[in-house]
Amino acid sequence: MDPGVVDLSRLQFALTALYHFLFVPLTLGLSFLLVIMESIYVMTGRPIWRTITQFWGVIFGINFVLGVATGLTMEFQFGTNWSYFSHYVGDIFGAPLAIEGLMAFFLEATFVGLMFFGWERLSKLGHLFATFMVALGTNLSALWILIANGWMQNPVGAVFNPETMRMEVNDFAAVLFNPIAQAKFVHTVSAGYVIASVLVLGISALYLLRGQWVGFARRSMTVAAAFGLASSLSVVVLGDESGYALTDNQKMKLAAIEAAWHTEAAPAGLTLFGLPNSTTRETEYAVNIPWVLGVIATRSLDKEVTGMSELVLLAQERIESGREAFGAVEALKANPNDPAAREAFARHGRDLGYGLLLTRYVADPRNATPEQIQRAAWDTVPNVPLMFWSFRIMASIGFAMIALFSTAFLLCSLRKFDQRWFLRLAVIAIPLPWIATELGWVIAEMGRQPWAIEGVLPTFLGASSLSRTELWLTLAGFTLVYGVLAVIEVGLIVRTVKKGPFAGHEDPNPAPGALPATPAMVG
Amino acid sequence: MDLAYDYATLRLIWWGLMGVLLIGFALTDGWDLGVAAMLPFVGKTDVERRMVINAIGPTWEGNQVWFILGGGAIFAAWPFVYAVSFSGFYLAMFVVLASLILRPVGFKYRSKKPDPAWRTRWDWALFIGGFVPSLVFGVAVGNVLQGVPFRLDGNLRAFYEGSFFGLFTPFSLLCGLLSVAMVVLHGAAFLSVRIERGPVHDRARRFGTWAALASLVLFALGWAYVAWGGIGFRITGAIDPVGASNPLRTTSVREAGAWLANYRAYPWMMIAPALGFLGAALALLGIRAKWEVPAFAGSALSAFGIIATVGLSMFPYILPSSVDANSSLTVWNASSSQRTLFIMVVVTVIFLPLVLAYTAWVYKVLWGRVTTEDVGRNPHFY
Repeated sequence: MDPGVVDLSRLQFALTALYHFLFVPLTLGLSFLLVIMESIYVMTGRPIWRTITQFWGVIFGINFVLGVATGLTMEFQFGTNWSYFSHYVGDIFGAPLAIEGLMAFFLEATFVGLMFFGWERLSKLGHLFATFMVALGTNLSALWILIANGWMQNPVGAVFNPETMRMEVNDFAAVLFNPIAQAKFVHTVSAGYVIASVLVLGISALYLLRGQWVGFARRSMTVAAAFGLASSLSVVVLGDESGYALTDNQKMKLAAIEAAWHTEAAPAGLTLFGLPNSTTRETEYAVNIPWVLGVIATRSLDKEVTGMSELVLLAQERIESGREAFGAVEALKANPNDPAAREAFARHGRDLGYGLLLTRYVADPRNATPEQIQRAAWDTVPNVPLMFWSFRIMASIGFAMIALFSTAFLLCSLRKFDQRWFLRLAVIAIPLPWIATELGWVIAEMGRQPWAIEGVLPTFLGASSLSRTELWLTLAGFTLVYGVLAVIEVGLIVRTVKKGPFAGHEDPNPAPGALPATPAMVG
Repeated sequence: MDLAYDYATLRLIWWGLMGVLLIGFALTDGWDLGVAAMLPFVGKTDVERRMVINAIGPTWEGNQVWFILGGGAIFAAWPFVYAVSFSGFYLAMFVVLASLILRPVGFKYRSKKPDPAWRTRWDWALFIGGFVPSLVFGVAVGNVLQGVPFRLDGNLRAFYEGSFFGLFTPFSLLCGLLSVAMVVLHGAAFLSVRIERGPVHDRARRFGTWAALASLVLFALGWAYVAWGGIGFRITGAIDPVGASNPLRTTSVREAGAWLANYRAYPWMMIAPALGFLGAALALLGIRAKWEVPAFAGSALSAFGIIATVGLSMFPYILPSSVDANSSLTVWNASSSQRTLFIMVVVTVIFLPLVLAYTAWVYKVLWGRVTTEDVGRNPHFY
C-alpha cells in the first residue's frame, strides 16, 4: 500500500466524518426537544407552544439537510476509499448500515416531509406523531451506526474464513448486543441532546439579553434547561460506563488516555494533568490523584490498570502467534484441506490481525526480524498526547455542561430569567459541546489506531488501491463543497435567529420592557 | 448450517432484492431527479418553479433513502460488489455524491431568501443534482455491461486499471443519455399528475414527449449494441451455487453476444425488454392524449423494464471484469455468508412492507395537485 494514499484516505474520512457529526448530534437532540415542545402544545392547546415548535423546527430543518447531505458521503466512503476494509468485514459491518437505512432512515426521511408540510393536513395529535417518528428514526439511526462502530472497537461474533479471505459473522446477537455499542449509543445520543439543549438555551438567553420575544425565550429556556440537565448527567455517567467497558476490550486506549506508560500497583492513580512524551515514554510534570483511575476503570481497589509497556509485550506475543496464523492462511490458500494448516489456524487464527501488522515492514510476516516485530508491537500504541489532551478537554466540557444546566435548571425553577451574567455565559457556551463531541470521535477513532478493526485489520491494509492524485482531487472537492455549505448554513441560522420566532407576525406576548428594569415575569 | 433457505436460494433472493432496490430508487427518486433536471426549463418564473419544487418537496427525502439503502444493502449482501465498484468508479462516485449533496440543501435553502439571484443559483444547483447523477448512473451501467477493468489478487484485494475519462465510451454515454431520458420522462409524467393544468403542465408534457421518444430510440440502440456490439461474458468452468464466496474460483471468458444467452434459454425473460419499449410507448401515448395516470404508469413500467433488462441480460454476472475475466463477480461468488444473507432477508421481510405502508400513508396525506394559489398561501412551502 502507498502510505500516502492511506494517510490521505484517513484524512478524508476524518474530515468528512467530523464534518458530518457537526450536524448529526443537533438533529438527534433537537428532534426530541421538538417532540417535548409539541407535546406541550397538544396538551395545553396554547398557540405560543406551536410557535415555539415551529421556530425550533426551522432551525432543525436547516441543520437536518446538511446532516443528510453529508451522510450520503459516509454511506459510500467505505466502498470508495476503504475497499479492502469493505471486502474484509462487509459480511458483518454492512448489515447494520443496511438495517439503518431500512429501519431508521426511511422512517426519519419519510416523516420529516410530513412534519414540515403537514401542519394544515393533520390533526394536532397526528402531527405530533409525525414529529415523534422523525425523532425515533434519527435516534434509531444512531443506534445502528454505533452498532457498526462498536463492532470496529470490539469485533465480537465473527471469525476469519480462509476460503473467502474475510471475516464472517457467526453470532449476530453478539454483534447486536455488543456492550461497547450499547454504551456508545447512550453516550453519543446523550451528547446530541446536550448539544441541542445548549443551542436552545443559548439562543433563548440571547433573546432575553436583548429583551426580545421574552415569553417565547423563557419557555424555550425552561424546556432546554430540564432536558439539558438530564442529558448532561447521562453523558458523563454513561461516558464512565464506556470507560468501564474499555478495560476489557481496549486496554490500550485507556492506557493512552491516562498516559499510563507502565502498570502501577492497584488501585491506580488518575493523572489529572501532565505532558506525555512519546519518545521517552514518560509523562512529565504529572499531577496525580491517587486511587481514582483504578476505581473508575476496574470498579475495584485491587485490580491493576495495565500500562502501555506491558500491553506492548502482550501485543508482541500475539504478533508472534499471528505469524503462525499468516502461514496457516497461506497454506490453506494453496490447499484448503491441508490438515496441519487447519490445525495451526485453529490455534493461532485469532491473532491473524496482529500478524498482518508486520506487513507494513515486510511482505511476508514469516520473514520478520525481531526488530520489526518490536516495531510492530509498539505500533499498537496510539498517539498518547492526543488521547491524553482530547480526553481531558472533552471531560472538562462534560462537567462544565452539568454545571451550566444545573444553574439553568435552578434559575428557571426560581423563574429568575434576568441574571445577565448567566445569560451571557449561556450564549458563550454554545460552541463548547460541539468541541467535546468532535474530540469524543477523535478519542474513539484515533485511540483505536493502528487498527481499523481492533485486533483484526490494520488501518493501512483497509484502504482502496487509489492514486494520490485521485485522493487530492476529492479532498479538494469535498473541502470546497463542504466549506461553501458551512458558510451558507451558519448564515441561514443566524438570519433565522435574527428574524426571530414571529417573523412577519406580531409577538402575542411582547416583552414588558428592557429586562433588568422589570421583575421576573411568570412564563 | 441449518437455515430455512439454502445458500443458492438466498443468493437468488438477494439478486432479486438488489433489483427491487434499484427499481424502487428509479421509480420514486427517479421522478425527483427528473423534475430537478427539468426545473430551470419547465418553470419560467419564481412562482412556477416553486410549484414544481413543492410538487416533490415534501416526499423526495424519503425517496432518496432508496439510494442510501441501496448502498447499505449492497454492502451487506454483496460486499465484493460494494468494494470493487465504488472504489473503481472513484471519481465518478465523487461527482455523483457532490451533485446529490446539492439536493437536500437546494430544496431547503432556496426559499430562505427572496433574492432572485440566490434562488436562481439554487435552481441550477438542483438541476445539477438531478441531471448529473442520472447521467453518471447510466454511464456506470454501460461500463458494467461492457466489463470493468479491475483484477483481484490472491488476497482478494481489488486493483482498478481504468481511468475516469475511460468511463465515457460511446456505448456508456448512450446508456447515460437513456438514463436521463428515463428519469425525465418519469419526472414529466409525475408532474403532470401532481400540478395544476397550465403553462408548467404544458411544458412538462412537452419534455415528456421528447423524453419518451428518446427512451424508445436509445433503448433500441442499446439493445442492438448488447446483441451485436461484441460484448458479453460466459462462465466456462463449473458453477457451484452454494460454494464459498471467492470470485477467483470461477472461470469466465468474454464472448460476443453472450448477454443474449439468457433470453434464448428462457424466452419469457423477453418480457423485460418488451416492457421497456411498451411502457415508453404507453407513456408517449398517454402524454399526447392527456391520459395522465396511464402515462405515469407507462413511464414506471418502462423504467422497470429497462432496469430488469440489464439485470437479466447479465445474470449471473453482477460485475464482469474486462481485463481479467476470471476476477468477475457473479451471483454465485460475490455474496455475503449464508448467515448474513438470511438475517438480512428476515429484516427486509419485516421492515420493507412497513416502509411501503407508511410511505403510502404519507403520500395520501400530502396528495393533491399543487396550484399557484398554494404557493402564495401556504407558509410551509419551499
